[in-house]
Amino acid sequence: MGFFLETLFGGLMVGMLYSLIALGFVLIYKASGVFNFAQGAMVLFAALAMARFYEWIPKWLGFDNRLLANVLAFAAAVVVMIIVAWVIERLVLRKLVNQEHITLLMATLGISYFLEGFGQMLFGSDIYKIDVGMPKDPVIVLESALQGGVLINKEDLYAAAIAAVLVALLALFFQKTATGRALRAVADDHQAAQSIGIPLGRIWIIVWSVAGVVALVAGVIWGSKLGVQFSLSLVALKALPVVILGGLTSVPGAIIGGLIIGVGEKLSEIYIGPMLGGGIEIWFAYVLALGFLLVRPQGLFGEKIIDRV
Amino acid sequence: MARKIGDVILEVKNISLAFGGVKALTDISFDVKEHEIRAIIGPNGAGKSSMLNCINGVYQPQQGSITFRGQAFRHMNSRQVAEMGLARTFQNLALFKGMSVIDNIMTGRNLKMRTNLFQQAIRWGASEREETEQRVHVERIIDFLEIQPYRKTPVGKMPYGLQKRVDLGRALAMDPQVLLLDEPMAGMNVEEKQDMSRFILDVNDEFGTTIVLIEHDMGVVMDLSDRVVVLDYGKKIGDGVPEAVRSNPDVISAYLGTTH
Repeated sequence: MGFFLETLFGGLMVGMLYSLIALGFVLIYKASGVFNFAQGAMVLFAALAMARFYEWIPKWLGFDNRLLANVLAFAAAVVVMIIVAWVIERLVLRKLVNQEHITLLMATLGISYFLEGFGQMLFGSDIYKIDVGMPKDPVIVLESALQGGVLINKEDLYAAAIAAVLVALLALFFQKTATGRALRAVADDHQAAQSIGIPLGRIWIIVWSVAGVVALVAGVIWGSKLGVQFSLSLVALKALPVVILGGLTSVPGAIIGGLIIGVGEKLSEIYIGPMLGGGIEIWFAYVLALGFLLVRPQGLFGEKIIDRV
Repeated sequence: MARKIGDVILEVKNISLAFGGVKALTDISFDVKEHEIRAIIGPNGAGKSSMLNCINGVYQPQQGSITFRGQAFRHMNSRQVAEMGLARTFQNLALFKGMSVIDNIMTGRNLKMRTNLFQQAIRWGASEREETEQRVHVERIIDFLEIQPYRKTPVGKMPYGLQKRVDLGRALAMDPQVLLLDEPMAGMNVEEKQDMSRFILDVNDEFGTTIVLIEHDMGVVMDLSDRVVVLDYGKKIGDGVPEAVRSNPDVISAYLGTTH
């Protein structure tokens, strides 16, 4: 039982991180109907910026304080991601207003390769580390209830908490502010939104900036676990099944989808893996997503697609 | 009626619009006077919606100009149009389906909002106050259109006739000087048509809003409008008060000859 719970918690933590990346997809898809292939590259780009600014800023300013360096590096990385959003809107999205979705999809594929290359050119292509001071030591919980208790990584716990707070903030922003309302309006119908004077361009910059910040948080958490390196941009591939499962248009869907995939992956690896010779973790998510596509193509929480004929 | 028809507020001059080889509009000119209800009618495919889309800035005509309040434009752009005080509704509803009635109409107040993103994010005093002010305005519109019970209902779940009212409400929320209505009564039953006619007359009467309306239900149009433009195959074939248009032989053969 203790081992099962440990696996379950492990899955939940990983799932939370998948959710965070999936959230970036959902935000942009909701607001612009674009499936943003560059989300993974944005995670890499943001994490690289953070890691390098953390090294550079103390050197430039000549101080030695880890907390201050982290805060400044994070702020600088946020600024970088906002600039990226602005440039993408200016140079790509603006030219492609009202184009086919497939055109926009291809454009984000291009953005993805560009960001990967440009990021490594700008910030270097070695493995860097991000250390935001999250405790690495494990804790043992539920010792009284179960023999031996359940071992949980403190770092994972913090990461999950950060992700949860971020999600809550985003939900509030979307539901309760005038800008959030404008974002939802644009997501629903570009043309109608334009006709009542909502500036599409500004909305897109805001959405891509928010997605950039979400990518940054995901990058910082993943980066502090695994180090910042090129493979970070591949983590985003794991978010694809998550959004299929949760529904491309649903923020809660991204969260729950992430958790299901995270848990499913770990549990299947442990309990079904041995029967199939292991390695299930790698493909489990995709098979699950495929199954979902057959049964419920809009995902768990996505809007049902009904076309008037 | 107490309202007084004023000077020309909107003038369309020699507008031509083509999509590739297809001529949607050929050399169309007409004007709209302040506070009047001006109808554009014509059979399906006559170019009515294209005309509206030119005024609204969705389409950019190849020729001609549009003058609004004495300012001439080669072509319009959607956002600029919204800022100048022209609001529109859509033939095929373009509401934000997942959002509630209140939220939909609130989006119409978007241009009136002055606080910035960061103030909103932390719900700073000014943004809270602003939200409340705008909400009061939106509630007035909801009362006016008699959709109080649906305030919080997602628009996509409402009956079609009521969705049309929300569409009108969102446009009204912009405090428009000119309201462009694209087939406000399409697909409605008689009762819904009567309601909608009443709302249109009330808007015109109470707020003095100039209304440009596209419709192909002749009966409704003749009762509502002060003047009527008739289009057929992208050309203007009639223009004048309803009685004159009704007796115009070109109009009769092109339009009234076919039953609808």
